[in-house]
Amino acid sequence: MSATQPMIEASNLDKFYGKFQALKNINFSVAHGERVVICGPSGSGKSTLIRCFNGLEIHNAGKLVVDGIEVYEGSREIRTLRQEVGMVFQQFNLFPHLTVLENLTIGPIRVRKKSKQEAEANARTYLERVHIPEQADKYPSQLSGGQQQRVAIARSLCMETRIMLFDEPTSALDPEMINEVLEVMVDLAESGGMTMVCVTHEMGFARKVADKMVFMDEGEIIETAPPERFFTAPETVRCQEFLQQILVH
Amino acid sequence: MNSPAANYVPPKPPALSRFFSSTPVSVLIYLVVIGAIIMSAYNGAQAMGYNWQWYRVPKYFYTLTDDGFQWGEIAIGLVKTIEISTLAFLLAIALGLVIALLRLSGLVVGGALSVVFLEIVRNTPLLVLLYLFYYVLGPIFDLDRYVASILCLGVYHGAMVSEIFRAGINAVPTCQWEGAKSIGMSTSQVYRYIILPQSIRFMLPPLTGEAVNMIKSSAIVSVIAVAELTTIGRNIISDTYMSFEVWFTIAAVYLVVTLILSIGVSFVERRYAVT
Repeated sequence: MSATQPMIEASNLDKFYGKFQALKNINFSVAHGERVVICGPSGSGKSTLIRCFNGLEIHNAGKLVVDGIEVYEGSREIRTLRQEVGMVFQQFNLFPHLTVLENLTIGPIRVRKKSKQEAEANARTYLERVHIPEQADKYPSQLSGGQQQRVAIARSLCMETRIMLFDEPTSALDPEMINEVLEVMVDLAESGGMTMVCVTHEMGFARKVADKMVFMDEGEIIETAPPERFFTAPETVRCQEFLQQILVH
Repeated sequence: MNSPAANYVPPKPPALSRFFSSTPVSVLIYLVVIGAIIMSAYNGAQAMGYNWQWYRVPKYFYTLTDDGFQWGEIAIGLVKTIEISTLAFLLAIALGLVIALLRLSGLVVGGALSVVFLEIVRNTPLLVLLYLFYYVLGPIFDLDRYVASILCLGVYHGAMVSEIFRAGINAVPTCQWEGAKSIGMSTSQVYRYIILPQSIRFMLPPLTGEAVNMIKSSAIVSVIAVAELTTIGRNIISDTYMSFEVWFTIAAVYLVVTLILSIGVSFVERRYAVT
């Protein structure tokens, strides 16, 4: 696949839940290695959009191509796609019956068919990278929220995907734990090479790492801009209002 | 510690409720009630001039003669009961898992099939189901009474077990599905490595109940003369006319078996407790 082709390309996406339209005519693309931050008020469809990118939600109309694979209902390639697209959830979604190390290795062993030794060695380096190598043998419930989210990030890293999706990774955390997770994410972003799409309200983080800011409201993309322009001179009124509200504190 | 809080004695419940909830008094009340029931049964039997012959019961468990040790009829019947229940329970587990997965599969045909199966089995009396298996399916598929009973019990309890599986699987939050799917697992891998291991602790208590029910409902196959515990009981009575002693004994044997089962499972449950 050529590097000029976008990593994620969505054209005219619509998504309905019953009669409610969650996504309206979304046109959106992410280049290789690009870091995109999506923000917007709650209910604006940002989570729905990011969940479409790895087929957890299937769009009802339009075309979505991720990493050269088209996403559609019943596609047999969705599993192949998911092996290339990591996802970090708001609620961590760790497996409570497995230890941290088992959480990290189950994907590589069962899906990637790696050997146990290789997967474990790999998992330990990624635990190192998220600064919790000493927690490998604990269960998720024994960790703090921030630690759990870092394990979840490491779990996605262990799959060595080329795209990482973050769905409000810090929204469920206590305030004092947000920074430890953001640090890890900044570190990831700055190490380069990985395409990142992040739904977050952490504007400091967005300013630091984003190549492109996307503002969504009521299922539509209202504004797309580089961060300097987005934060200093947003074009639309809705975006200005939103930024005022969350930057006021 | 000399602080006033260290010497603080919390208020006690009222004297009367302390008296009745204390261990010795509770045990005493329990014994009095049980004793009263046994006494009235005994007095009733005496009043009708019943001839108690408990001394004749042990030989139906085992005999120790010059020929050596021999298991009695009740012991042999008990083994048969356990054998039938175990085989039927294994069948019920397999069938229940298939039905539950079909129902959860989202396939229209699978869902319809499992719902039809469930409704038919749950709305047919077990006795009628047994007659269907033995007198209708038996001649058609050439099933002997032993196989027919196992199939019947397996199908009947399979329906119950499938509902237990379905509830257990649904009790695992959907975010576990999403987490597992997002690392590229197939549906069967998600079930095997993520969902089923977590739902076991939701399933174990009701499954134990179902196993106990299985042992108890296996008694019904005595109507087609499968030589299990209840049939043995009836045979002994027709030989000896000791109906009181034998039915008390048979009931006690069922009780002991199901109690052992419950206690055993409670140990297993502790292993799968939430970590």
